[in-house]
Formats: sequence, C-alpha cells, structure tokens
Amino acid sequence: MTLKLLRYLNPGEIGIIRKVTAEGELGRRIRDMGLVPGTPVQVQGRAPLNDPVAIRVRSFTLSLRNSEADFIHVEVENGS
Amino acid sequence: MTKSDADLLIALAGNPNCGKSTLFNAITGSHQHVGNYPGITVEKKEGSYNLNGTRLRLVDLPGTYSLTAYSPEELVARDFLVEERPRVVINIVDASNLERNLYLTMQILELGIPVVVALNMMDVAANRGIEINLQALAQRLGTLVVPTIARRENGIPELLEATVEAAGDQRTWVPLDISYGPDIDPVLQRMQELITAAGFLTEHLPARWTALKYLEADDQVIQRGQQADKELSRDLLELAAEVTDHIRKTLDSYPEAIIADHRYGFISALLREGVLVEMNRLDRLYLSDQVDRVLTHRLLGPLIMLIVLYGMYQFTFTYSEYPVSWLEAAFSHLAGWLGRLLPEGPLKSLAISGIVDGVGGVVGFVPLILFMFLAIAFLEDTGYLARAAYMLDRVFRIFGLHGNSFMAYIVSGGIAGGCAVPGVMATRTLRSSRERLATLLTTPFMNCGAKLPVFAMLIAAFFSEHRALMMFFLTLFSWSAALLLARLLRSTILRGPSTPFLLELPPYRLPTLKGLMIHTWERTWQYIRKAGSIILAISILLWALMSYPALPEARKQFFQDQRTALLTTVPQPMQASITGQAPLPEAAAPEFHGARARWRQIDREEALARLQRSAAGRLGLALEPVSRWCGFDWRVNVALIGGFAAKEIIISTLGTAYSLGNVSADESLSLSERLARDPRLNPLAALSLMVFIMLYTPCFVTLICIVKEAGSWRWAAFATVFNTLLALLVTAAIHQGGIRLGLGG
Repeated sequence: MTLKLLRYLNPGEIGIIRKVTAEGELGRRIRDMGLVPGTPVQVQGRAPLNDPVAIRVRSFTLSLRNSEADFIHVEVENGS
Repeated sequence: MTKSDADLLIALAGNPNCGKSTLFNAITGSHQHVGNYPGITVEKKEGSYNLNGTRLRLVDLPGTYSLTAYSPEELVARDFLVEERPRVVINIVDASNLERNLYLTMQILELGIPVVVALNMMDVAANRGIEINLQALAQRLGTLVVPTIARRENGIPELLEATVEAAGDQRTWVPLDISYGPDIDPVLQRMQELITAAGFLTEHLPARWTALKYLEADDQVIQRGQQADKELSRDLLELAAEVTDHIRKTLDSYPEAIIADHRYGFISALLREGVLVEMNRLDRLYLSDQVDRVLTHRLLGPLIMLIVLYGMYQFTFTYSEYPVSWLEAAFSHLAGWLGRLLPEGPLKSLAISGIVDGVGGVVGFVPLILFMFLAIAFLEDTGYLARAAYMLDRVFRIFGLHGNSFMAYIVSGGIAGGCAVPGVMATRTLRSSRERLATLLTTPFMNCGAKLPVFAMLIAAFFSEHRALMMFFLTLFSWSAALLLARLLRSTILRGPSTPFLLELPPYRLPTLKGLMIHTWERTWQYIRKAGSIILAISILLWALMSYPALPEARKQFFQDQRTALLTTVPQPMQASITGQAPLPEAAAPEFHGARARWRQIDREEALARLQRSAAGRLGLALEPVSRWCGFDWRVNVALIGGFAAKEIIISTLGTAYSLGNVSADESLSLSERLARDPRLNPLAALSLMVFIMLYTPCFVTLICIVKEAGSWRWAAFATVFNTLLALLVTAAIHQGGIRLGLGG
C-alpha cells in the first residue's frame, strides 16, 4: 500500500483516490467529475506529448492535465 | 382544467453527453443542436409539446455537471431553476454512467423542485452489463424514473406522462435533506434556523440550500445575500468561516470537499443492495476504449488526425464546389438579367455592382460553410473532436490556449482556405472565457478562402518561381502570428490562470442523421441570418463609397467622346461586337480585336477615374502618408478598404485600380500579369501587401460573429483597431527593412 500522485500512476494500474488537495474552481471541477476519496481510477493512456492523461473513473473516461493530476493522491495495492 | 393549468413549464437538465439534446429534439422536433462535446448548448432552447390538451413548454438547459456558479452554463441553469421555478425538471441521466450523473440530480433535489428522472441510454447500459432496479431507484430517489433510449425515441410518451403526473402532484418544493456528517450538520442546522427565522432569500431559495451555498463559499449566493440582509449575511459568513477553520485544522480539508464527499457517499448508499448491479468496472475495455488505443496512439494518433483533417477539407471543397459554382452562375445570370432590364444609370450600378455582387459574394460562400459545419458536426457528434483537443492541448497550452482552440484555427483556414465565421463560431466548444476570447480574437489571422485568391494572384505575379514555398511561408506566418498574439493577449488583457482542463472523452458514437442535419442547418442558418442582415447594408455603403461623388459631366463626356470616336472607325455590323453586346468572332480581322481592346481600355480608364474621384479613392489617398510606410499607394488602400466588407472584394477592387496598363492589344492580360508589369509594384511590395491582408481587420461578417460570440461590441472594435495597427507595424517593418536591405527594386 503506497500513496502516490495520480500523475505517476502507470497505465493500466488501478489506484484508489485518498486525497484531493485542489481548492477553488479546480477542486470543484475535480469533484464534479466524481474524483472524490474512495473512488478507484485507472490510467487509460496519455496524449502524444505525455500530457494530458486519460483516466477511467466511475465508468467514463476523463482527461486531465498532469498539473491537475498532481492534486490527486492515490493509493495503489502493491507498492511499486 | 383552467387555462393556466394547461401550460406547464418544464426544464430539461442533465450532464453533457447524456443525450439531453437528442431527447429534446425527439420530444419537440425543434431545431436544436446535438453535440457530443461537453458544454455545447450554451443558449437556452425552448420547444413545446401537446399532451392530451396539456401544453408542455420545454426549456433545454445547458448541459452541466453540477449547479455551482463557476461557468456561465451552470449559472444559466441554476438561475433558470431558481427564478423561473419550472413545475417539473426532467433530469436526463446516463444509465451507463449513473453515479456521476446522479451528482447533478442530488443538487436539483436539494433545491426541492419536482424531478422526473429520464434514465437514458438504457441500451448502452445493458450492453455494458449494467442492471438497474428501476423501482428501487425511484423509491430511494423519491422521484418517478422512466427508462428511455433517446436515439431511438424510445420511452418518450411514458416520460411525458410521468412529467404531467409529477406536475399534478405537488406545488410546493420539498428539498431533499442529505446528512453532511458531524462537522457540517450542526452548523448547517444553526444557519438554516437563522435563515428561516429571518425569511432570508426564502421566497426563491430553500433555507438549507442557501446555508449550504454559504458553506461552499458560492460567490453568487453570498452576493445576493449581502444585498438582501447585510447583517445576517455577515453572521452566516462568520459561522461558515468558523467551521471552515475547524475542518481545516482537524481534517486538513474544507467544507466544500466534505459536502461533495457526502453527496457521493449518499449516491453510493442509494445504489447499494441491488439497485445498481455492474458486471465490470474499471478493467473492462469497451469498444470505444479499444478505438482510442489507436486514434490517440502516441504516433498513430497525430498521423490519423492529419488524415482526418485532410479528409475534412477534401470533403468540404469537393462537395461544395458544385453548389458554389451554381450560385455563382445564378448571381451572374441575375446580374446579366438586371443589366438588360435596367436603364443605364446609378440605379443599375447600385443593383449590379452594389447589391448583386456584394450579397452574391457572401451568399456564394454558404455551401462551403454548410459543408464545413457538417464536417465539424460529424467530428463533434462522434466524439472525435474531444480527442483532438486531448491530443493537442499540450501544444496550445504553451500559448495560453486550450486543446480545443485547434478546431477554430483549422476551420478558419489553418491549412489554408476556410472561413473565420464558422471558426469564430467553433470557439463555442471552449468553456472557459479567457481561452475562448484569445482564440476568437486570433483565429481571423488564418488564411481564409477569401484571402487565398489574393495571395494566389500576388504569388503568381511576383513569386512564380516559388509558389508552394511562398504559400507554405504564409501559412506558417499566420499560425505564428495567431499563436504569438494569443500568448500576448493571455499575458496582458486576458491574463489569468488557465481554466481547468478536465475534459470528458465521451464514448465514440455514430451520430444520428437527424442530429447532424439539425446541427448543421442551425449553424448555417445563423450564418445566413447574421451575414444577410448586415451584408446588404454594407454592400450598398461600399458601393456608394466607391461610386460617389460621381465623375463630373465633362469627364463622363470625355470618355463618351472617345467611345463614339472609336465606333466611327468600325463598320456598322461590327459595332455590337466592339461594345461587347455581341461576341467578337475569333476569326475577325486584327483591327477589330484592337478596337475591342481599346473599348475595354476606355471602360477601365473611366472606372479608374471614377474610383479615384470617389469617397473611397479620396480616403485611400488621404491614408497614403501612413500607408507609404508599408509601400501602399492609394489604389491598394482602396482595395483594402473594400476588403473590410469582405476580403474577396480586394481582388475586384485591385482589378479596377490597376486597370491602366499598356494600351496595346494585349487586353487579355490577367490582373496578375498587369500587376507584375506595374512599375509601382515589386516583390517586396507584394509581400508587404500579403502580410497586411493576413493580419489586418477581420471582415465585417466575422466582426458581427465576434460581437455575438464575445457578447460585446468592444471586442469587435478591439479586433478591428488592434489587428489593423498590428498589420501596419509588421508590414512597415517588413517593407522598411526590405528597402534598407536593398530589396525595394
């Protein structure tokens, strides 16, 4: 069980959101999309220039910039 | 049933991409856009439906993920619900994506408005192995739940019946109470009591909702509260600050986050115990994801995107070519008919040169624009546009723009040959206002289809050795100019952090034909209306500027005398061929061809004399002290003034202004050749002219669109003044620099 930033989640790896540190509009947008603690997410892929990242969350696909993913801490099963 | 009862106000609310617009179209059959891109419905759309004598007035609210006050869409949706108090909200919920969709439902229920849930995309959900217990869901939500498949128009009668039933049920709003946990609940209770006791904003808003908004630090509600009751508002803010402080210290969080967590907690509790059964969750790859593996692949993705864009251009230009040429033929036919019908004089000139040519020039573009819109609608409705934004965001962000700015640039002529009008309208897919303004102010720099012929002609005249290279350079130049200016705008008048990206990549879907048609037609019609309302006036104004003051009688007589003199040298039967009323046979003697050329030369000389004397000509002359820096004389200035109405006018005006060439028999010289031979022009001047045309003020129709899309005349004024000044500066730098380097020839 290790905690890491969503940005560093490997493609295909599943992590559980533990903490969202964004505030204001970004924080609200992140929550509107259902990225709240306890939610499992999986990295689907990355854009050609490595940014943004596409994740699967609550049965839909969401893309967000790396800088936005940095506000989201996820927990992964086996420390990698 | 009384008359007022027969008229029910119904609002449609739901997330972007939940099929809301499709459902709205299916019910009302109204002209309404169906998009697959989040947030495309910015305007409020209305339609009506008659159910057994009950008239339902349906308002389609913008698609939103929640009811906060951050985006204009959300404010529109929220204000409508609060101010207009619809009898029922039909909340469209994507059954294949239930949890996130219910987040909005919770917020509507917290307002207390009677809700009917349309559980849409039941087919997609079934395909994905999602089972929903409708009865249990309805019971737990406390609303009616109707399964629908909007694409196939399934479940619509049932939905409408349920809506009328819900409208009959209750007149008072009963807000849903959600527990927000031990930290929030007590203070929420306390605030609710204060609000209820004071009757604070309660005529519109439920007390608990207002309290929640104070805790969520919602600017709009707090502002309203401050106006209503300063003291109470301050007390509430103090309470909110207290609990915020407490939560920050004990939980390292803040009320808004706690509230959202509890809302989602409430939703997952609601869906437990067999209400929602999902076979697979994260790890199953749907077809859409598999497609994405290829279409957004690191290497293949950009390559495929280039092919798609190329295909879009190919499609647009191939298929619009015929209708465009038909329209051109129709307008020239009309001009010819008017020419025979009307007597010589100002009326004829107005009708042909002013109205038919001016309006025809703009209307002639309609097929092109229609096909362009169709192509965009297709890319948008399939979900591909969101992928393009996803792939390109990193590049555009460098310049303070958004991944989706890309489409506006491409449509405006990013690959050469689009139109800034649909380009400006395409910025609607950008949700954030700063990025959107920066995009729509810079997108007119692209080389649209009306600038291209001017470039083509100047390149042919002065750079015939390097045509492709020159065109490539111009494309590169326009992109650099647009991106750099965007950067400049974003670090000055449009300064501010970039708006969160967070873009949903909706599943790929095959668009419905109905959706595509409605979508395309609606936008095209907007263009026609916008252009039509103004282009007639502008055409007439421009014609007047270029025709008046008219030549004095003596000058007119001078040209007339020349014509008469010329005709006397020609035998009677050939005269009609000389004046152009009849064709001149190829086999005719050379002296007749010479006379024909001379006749045309007189026409041109008179046109030039008229132009020079006209208001536009004088204006052009008056501008010479400034335009000299760029190497333009009054002729070019007049053409550029004409280009303000529509860029394609530049060519025809240059044609008139440069009509004086060699008076020899080579009357067939094209404008390009005449320009090349003109001693006043040289490659440097031509380059300066092309750069100026690329950068200076957007055409009038584009400006009208900017007004509409930016919501203010000021941005259009800014685009005109700023772009023209920029063009002057850049062009003057190029021209003066060129002369210093000895390129002035």
